Amino acid sequence: METKPKYLYKNSKRLDGRNLDDYRKMKIKMDVVPNAQGSAEVIFGKTKVTAAVHGPRVMHPRRLALPDKALLRAKYDMFSFSVEDRKRPGPGRREIEISKVTAEAFRSVVFLEKFPRTVIDLFVSVTQADASTRITGINAASLALAAAGIPMRSLVVGVTFGKIYDEKGVGHVAIDVDKPEDQWGMADVAYARAPATGDVVLLQMDGDMTKEEFDKGKKMADKAIDVVYKAQIKALKDKFEVSK
Amino acid sequence: MENRKIVTPGESIIEGMDYLPGDGTHRSGSEIRASVLGLSDIRDRLVKVIPLSGVYMPKRDDPVIGVIKEVRYNNWSVNINSPYEATMMLGDASERFLDPRKDKLGKVFAIGDVVICKIKNVEENMSVLVTARGPGLRKITEGKLLDVEPSRIPRIIGKNASMVKMIKEKTGSRIFVGQNGKISISGGNVELAEKVIRKIEANAHLSGLTDSIKEYLEGEEDGN
Repeated sequence: METKPKYLYKNSKRLDGRNLDDYRKMKIKMDVVPNAQGSAEVIFGKTKVTAAVHGPRVMHPRRLALPDKALLRAKYDMFSFSVEDRKRPGPGRREIEISKVTAEAFRSVVFLEKFPRTVIDLFVSVTQADASTRITGINAASLALAAAGIPMRSLVVGVTFGKIYDEKGVGHVAIDVDKPEDQWGMADVAYARAPATGDVVLLQMDGDMTKEEFDKGKKMADKAIDVVYKAQIKALKDKFEVSK
Repeated sequence: MENRKIVTPGESIIEGMDYLPGDGTHRSGSEIRASVLGLSDIRDRLVKVIPLSGVYMPKRDDPVIGVIKEVRYNNWSVNINSPYEATMMLGDASERFLDPRKDKLGKVFAIGDVVICKIKNVEENMSVLVTARGPGLRKITEGKLLDVEPSRIPRIIGKNASMVKMIKEKTGSRIFVGQNGKISISGGNVELAEKVIRKIEANAHLSGLTDSIKEYLEGEEDGN
């Protein structure tokens, strides 16, 4: 393991050369899993996540189905080769938690009552991890659900923000944290919103931040969310423009 | 106001309480917004989104192609390519009277049999009944079964079945289009019919499709 760097922010530049309010290079690929109803891959810098949606389909075992609405299940998984040291495969404490918050984020925007007694399965697989994987997964899942034709109140868009230190140890708020910033930084926040309804659907924080720093980070993240939202819409529309 | 454009979930289509939100839309305040990815369609006061993907939701009187999944004592369970499994009751299987104590139900419809049937009823709890009794409803024993996106079916059928009629004429095939995204083709030029259907499926969101497909089919005729 690397040792803790002396600074994550110096001369108005982050370690990878970004400004505080820059997000990493983003790329979206649609329909990467032909077997799924809908799928998408979202890439933020070195973080690569694939999401696939199956369903709505018959719930097995039947007793777990809900009589009045669909059940939305999410499975977040990191491949063992997605990080530098081998990640022990299978769901652990962390994976179970991320699966839970991902499913909850989408339960608030999907019209589940349109498909009683069924299940919508959402698979989020991290092929390469460089921090912000849960948020990248949520961006991919939003696209996969839309591509699967599942009715939603809004797409879901997320961006992370965090607090990184400079050579004097002073904290600075930055968005879209990468691996060293996530690992050594003073705080990081996963933040996802449903832009059409304005609701916050996921908010988690690790570390310490003052209220002012949090508000500042949220404002910066909101700006980035607008850009990512537009990119999501463009990716969905391009799906049909290309075949013209 | 532009009619027919691609909209994404949550995108505002039109504002005003004069309009009514139809399929694939929902109201948010005074706006009507899209719920699904598709083409917006405003007709008079009704706002709809025609979906470009999604599963088949059974509707009463829809013709569908089902695959027998299970034979039970006095009914069959039928896979209709939907999140809901359908049931075919004993009396709906054949014109003949069937007695579950004397007749073997597996001889009427066995597991894996492909049946053209019609949705008889859909209850509120989404229990679906299908029937194989009626004009044109029968077991399919020959030909090819295609799976297409259920949302593209209306384009494959066309207005007043114009598209499917044209394909039938040009290929000489017998074609049955199920609303659930299953299509059976038999006889005639099956390959060409399949190719054309795939072409329509891929371009279902474009307008003027009947004309371009007609051109394509005529071109193929000349080629042969």
